[in-house]
Amino acid sequence: MNLFLTYLLSAIPLGMTFLYGSTGEILTEKVGHLNLGVPGIMCVGGLCGCFTAEQLIGSVPPVWLVTLSILASFAGGVLMGLLYSFLTVSLHANQNVTGLAMTIFGAGLSKYGMYNLTKGLLDNEASTGEMVEVVKKSTFLDATAYFRYPFANDEKLQYCGVMLFLAILIALICSWILKYTRVGLHLRAVGENPATADAMGINVTGYKYVATCIGSGIAAMGGLYYAISYAGTAGAYKDIEALGWLSIALVIFALWRPHLSILGSVLFGLLYVANSYLPQLFGWKTPLYATYLFKMLPYVVTIIVLIISSVRKKREDQPPASLGLSYFREER
Amino acid sequence: MQKAVALEMKKVSKYFGELAANRDVDLTVYKGEILAVLGENGCGKTTLMNMIAGIYFPDAGQILVDGHEVVIRSPKDAFRHKIGMIHQHFKLVDLFTAAENVVLGIKGEGAYRKKEIGRRVQELADRYGFHLDPQKKIYEMSVSEKQTVEIIKVLYRGADILILDEPTAVLTPQETEKLFAVLRRMRDDGKSILIITHKLHEVLSVSDRVAVLRKGEHIATVETATTSAEELTEMMVGKKVELNIARPEPKNIRDRLEIRGLSMTNAEGIKVLDDVSFTARSGEILGIAGIAGSGQKELLEAIAGLHHLQEGGITYYNPKKDKPITFYHKTFERVMELANEGMLRYADGRDFTGKDGNGKALSKKTIRAQVEAGEVFFKEDEVINLREKTPLQIRELGVRLSFVPEDRLGMGLVGNMDLVDNMMLRSYRRGHSLFVDRKKPRDLAEKIIHDLEVATPNSHTPVRRLSGGNVQKVLVGREISASPTVLMAAYPVRGLDINSSYTIYNLLTEQKESGVAVIFVGEDLDVLVELCDRILVVCGGRVTGVVDGRHTTKEEIGVLMTAHGQAPDTETKEEVEKHA
Repeated sequence: MNLFLTYLLSAIPLGMTFLYGSTGEILTEKVGHLNLGVPGIMCVGGLCGCFTAEQLIGSVPPVWLVTLSILASFAGGVLMGLLYSFLTVSLHANQNVTGLAMTIFGAGLSKYGMYNLTKGLLDNEASTGEMVEVVKKSTFLDATAYFRYPFANDEKLQYCGVMLFLAILIALICSWILKYTRVGLHLRAVGENPATADAMGINVTGYKYVATCIGSGIAAMGGLYYAISYAGTAGAYKDIEALGWLSIALVIFALWRPHLSILGSVLFGLLYVANSYLPQLFGWKTPLYATYLFKMLPYVVTIIVLIISSVRKKREDQPPASLGLSYFREER
Repeated sequence: MQKAVALEMKKVSKYFGELAANRDVDLTVYKGEILAVLGENGCGKTTLMNMIAGIYFPDAGQILVDGHEVVIRSPKDAFRHKIGMIHQHFKLVDLFTAAENVVLGIKGEGAYRKKEIGRRVQELADRYGFHLDPQKKIYEMSVSEKQTVEIIKVLYRGADILILDEPTAVLTPQETEKLFAVLRRMRDDGKSILIITHKLHEVLSVSDRVAVLRKGEHIATVETATTSAEELTEMMVGKKVELNIARPEPKNIRDRLEIRGLSMTNAEGIKVLDDVSFTARSGEILGIAGIAGSGQKELLEAIAGLHHLQEGGITYYNPKKDKPITFYHKTFERVMELANEGMLRYADGRDFTGKDGNGKALSKKTIRAQVEAGEVFFKEDEVINLREKTPLQIRELGVRLSFVPEDRLGMGLVGNMDLVDNMMLRSYRRGHSLFVDRKKPRDLAEKIIHDLEVATPNSHTPVRRLSGGNVQKVLVGREISASPTVLMAAYPVRGLDINSSYTIYNLLTEQKESGVAVIFVGEDLDVLVELCDRILVVCGGRVTGVVDGRHTTKEEIGVLMTAHGQAPDTETKEEVEKHA
């Protein structure tokens, strides 16, 4: 039982990384834009947040450090979202191609930046016998303790930092906005039928830009959350891109509903780390390669959900009708 | 008594490139009247209305609302001046409820509460006598319900001037009457209603005044009470035109295509065709009438081999009696199949069985030679079962079936390819060379451009750059050039002006006279009644009647078109059986 609790307390916090990514992606997809740049945006968010933390550590109070880092990663995401929106909304570039380019760009940029930030901190570099000179007294990794507030010293609950609750809060707020507010109604209308929304006096371009940028900002926070709050290791940035792709899968799994995404992210977290706990829990003997098979599970369940929702053909469970399509006003 | 002016247009012009869609149009709309805007397709009536509704911005001229000049740059501006437009293609979000669609785009009227909005929408509906459930999703609605939502959407925004673009195009005669009743009630409530249409009888029955447009110019505005259909037609087309479509008596009628008990469900699991039976005969135009989406599209596609059928049979009678068999239309395997069925003979009457006099099988080479020399004949008309055959198999069986689908650029032509390449879509399998023969398709394309007066720079223009009417001519031209025995055309004149439409009607009639079985799916009942020899009426995927085109009325067809869930009455049933 104790092991199961440890399993949960490791998986749920991991799942929040997906939650950030998928909440952001849902916002973007609800206005009809398939942003495959989310993995790259999360990487950039991680870089911006870590870089800010590195700069500010020791010079500002922890509360400010955490807040500013989160804002920095959000801003990084917004910038990426702005670039994506400009290309796809204003220039009508193909969304898939643009998104993939953003991911390649974002991942590359963050690897370059993070490499410089973590130079000399990586375990493997030390173990290869390379001479490593630690010049800095403190690094962004020391901020991990602040991010894990208020449970930083609790061995079991250490991962349940402020950003975990923030992720759930954002998902709930997004869900509420989409379902119960006028803004949400307009936003969904843009994604379903932009021509209609336009005719009804809704600023289609405006909604697309704002939703895509805020969505990207939210997704970007997931990168920071994983790098500092969850993993808190120098090499963590290398995993962000892979987790980003899972976030996109989670959008499909959650049927474009942020509140379902909360449950989905927990399930994805459980499946993602299943290899470390399930064999022990049930006393299985698993070979090494099973790790990768286990990590495949989130994708398998996504495909299953996709099959089920496709077979059921419920209109409410389908992606936004204009997802992936450019909107030209002048077309006649 | 002079009524107050609600809206005035002075010298309004709009150009699309070189083309003037509207030139110096003057129009006055009074409060509490129904003004019909009448004109042919492409005469600029929709463009004119779009300028009032804020979709387009006029290049010159003034628009005055209540005597004040206004600038309408967007639909939002239009709403501010209490102008609302109901478009021909509904602008609704399918996934939303009626109420959600109604409040879409409205800002700042307090909190957004679904119940409250539903109540207000219901109130509005009741006031004008609409039947509507505000919580029903759009995708569950019928066309007329969707139109109701569109109208309420405009009323909810407090519009006093309502513009309806071809509102009756998708309605049955009965639904149209209901709509007109509502429009009259709104007029009595002091609203101004502009109704765009090209249907004369509707203009005469509902409007107070008629504004006639021709080629982008305003010809005249007349009181409906003092005018007649002839006068309006003359104003509309400029010269007195013969409205009659030539309909020669069918000759040499023979059964060509027999459909028996066809049933089909679509991907959503809804029964789109239910026990459809009829016969298409050579030398005759069989019209198919029905409200849009009653199964016409599926029926034609099923015959063309594009759908899997649950039940039913499609039999094709190939008029081959006493004609030589050729490899042009048959494969070698098919020839041998027919030989084994005892369908073939030599010129002197001996059976052709693929064996010589001693019962020894002839070599493939000998058979080829005999067939190519034209020594082998059909004994009877060939009977071919088309059920569960793919379009390719159908063609290999030698069935010359031409199909002009509803979705021209989706199913008929490839928009990004030029005319020549589109001709090749039908002939690319001809010949045995590794390379395609482009000469014949090019000649064909040139011939179509010349014969049908297609307006195109040259035969290498991508078809998507052509206008709707020209695209249609290219498609119809190609299908006819294949010298079909069965020609199926779905809405071949949709979006075409009167002249192009008549070109198409004449082509269909020509085909009929040359012995083709023509199946024509149309939406304009006037045309169906004038063009077709027989008219098959469908409703909800069922055949509700087969009527004689020469002795029927639009009203009769209208009733059959809406005979939901009713079995065909005994008379029509007999008729169906007689033809089946």
